[in-house]
Amino acid sequence: MNIKKTSLYQLHQESNAKFVEFAGYQMPIQYSEGIVEEHKFTRNHSGIFDVSHMGQLFIYGGEDLIKDLEKIFPLDLKNLKLNHSKYSFLMDKDAGIHDDLIITKTNEGFLIILNAACKDNDFKILKELLEEKHKMVLDENRSLIAIQGPKSSQNLNDVVVGVKDLNFMSGNWFSFQDHKVYITRSGYTGEDGFEISIANDFVDKLTRELINKGSKLIGLGARDTLRLEAGLCLYGHDLDKDKTPVEANLKWAISKERISKGDFIGSDIIIKQLNNGVSKIRVGIKPEGRIIAREKTKIFNQSDVHIGEITSGTFGPSVNGPVAMGYIENEFSKKDTKVFLEVRGKKHPANICGLPFYKKSYVKGATK
Amino acid sequence: MSEVKYSKEHEWIKLEGDVATIGITKHATEMLGDIVFAELPEKGSNVEKDGTAGVVESTKAASDVYTPVSGEVVETNQEIIDDPSKINQDPEDSAWFFKLKIKDQSEMDTLMNKDDYDKFAKETSA
Repeated sequence: MNIKKTSLYQLHQESNAKFVEFAGYQMPIQYSEGIVEEHKFTRNHSGIFDVSHMGQLFIYGGEDLIKDLEKIFPLDLKNLKLNHSKYSFLMDKDAGIHDDLIITKTNEGFLIILNAACKDNDFKILKELLEEKHKMVLDENRSLIAIQGPKSSQNLNDVVVGVKDLNFMSGNWFSFQDHKVYITRSGYTGEDGFEISIANDFVDKLTRELINKGSKLIGLGARDTLRLEAGLCLYGHDLDKDKTPVEANLKWAISKERISKGDFIGSDIIIKQLNNGVSKIRVGIKPEGRIIAREKTKIFNQSDVHIGEITSGTFGPSVNGPVAMGYIENEFSKKDTKVFLEVRGKKHPANICGLPFYKKSYVKGATK
Repeated sequence: MSEVKYSKEHEWIKLEGDVATIGITKHATEMLGDIVFAELPEKGSNVEKDGTAGVVESTKAASDVYTPVSGEVVETNQEIIDDPSKINQDPEDSAWFFKLKIKDQSEMDTLMNKDDYDKFAKETSA
């Protein structure tokens, strides 16, 4: 199989990246300083992430498109303001999750950011659902970089004037040396930051300028520890077709207005689960010692009954200890419930805890 | 005189009298990345050559630590349990893992010397 490279590949190489294959792309897992330092640098300064492997799906249309998309996504898109973004999911009729995504209303329609491993399948599903009524472009000519951390607003604003005035979960077109870039104030690390969609030909130049301002390239390894500390889900691990948004404890992302009408794919199951509760639910889990409970670790209750499974687990550098998320039988999902995690044949104590592990510092309003 | 030997599983072993000190090599720590957890065998337990005798975990994954020789565990290094990042900082000296009372000194002959190990490490990581 042909492994794809992003437009920043050469810069990654120059920066001594260690590469891994991820969703068919050669991606940097870490650079010379290592995951822990990269993680802390993002929390304290400003990290740049190449996420160009993710899908950038542009769907063009007006009122008709809004109606059609509302049959698919549990969002109030009609009342979504221009350039505002929402977190959502593409579900099947049983409310199983095909993908989680960010959808933004643009002046020409919608921009949907999709997971790399899912984007081709998502495209196929959406094309069928929309019956080819609307022009859809999964744009391979644009790169996507995220810049995250407390110094990111200043560093990016030095290069792309005006971005610091963006509100959280909103975007706009800006200019980078006469090139049009679409920037949203968003991210997936629990830090204030931005995602920048830019033509492949200019992404190298923009990234180098951000590095000159003091930001550093950060690999996928630290991206994973950052998002887990922030309590955010990773598709294929914490989310998949066997889990619904209600089970994933993501009901905040489902529009209340839309639930009352219930005319979107998967709405029957969603409404049933919201009314009757669910048998398993996603929770945060904090091991008591230093032991790391990774994906697929079994969870037991105090009577040694198997009650769930870890879906993501690692060492959290800012928490300075192990952190995990998993699905557990609902009756054991209460905060501070004591559970046991089976690691290498031994049971280790842990506690159910609230998420995130690390407190967010998103900017709500603009800094004027 | 003490002699340091190396295993294909990237452990080093230093024999002084009949007590062997065992740790993982600098090359191993570079492959693993930031080490954030270490588990060691219990003092007083017996370990068999090439058997599992501990675990190290990086942010990415867990890896077994093997013992290159058989013997009884007489000491373990609490410092690396309390602060696993010491393994990255000084893997071939102060961040040793455990000490064994060695059972069969001839097992040392099956291991590599420094030159052979360096060559082996270079070839296998290429």
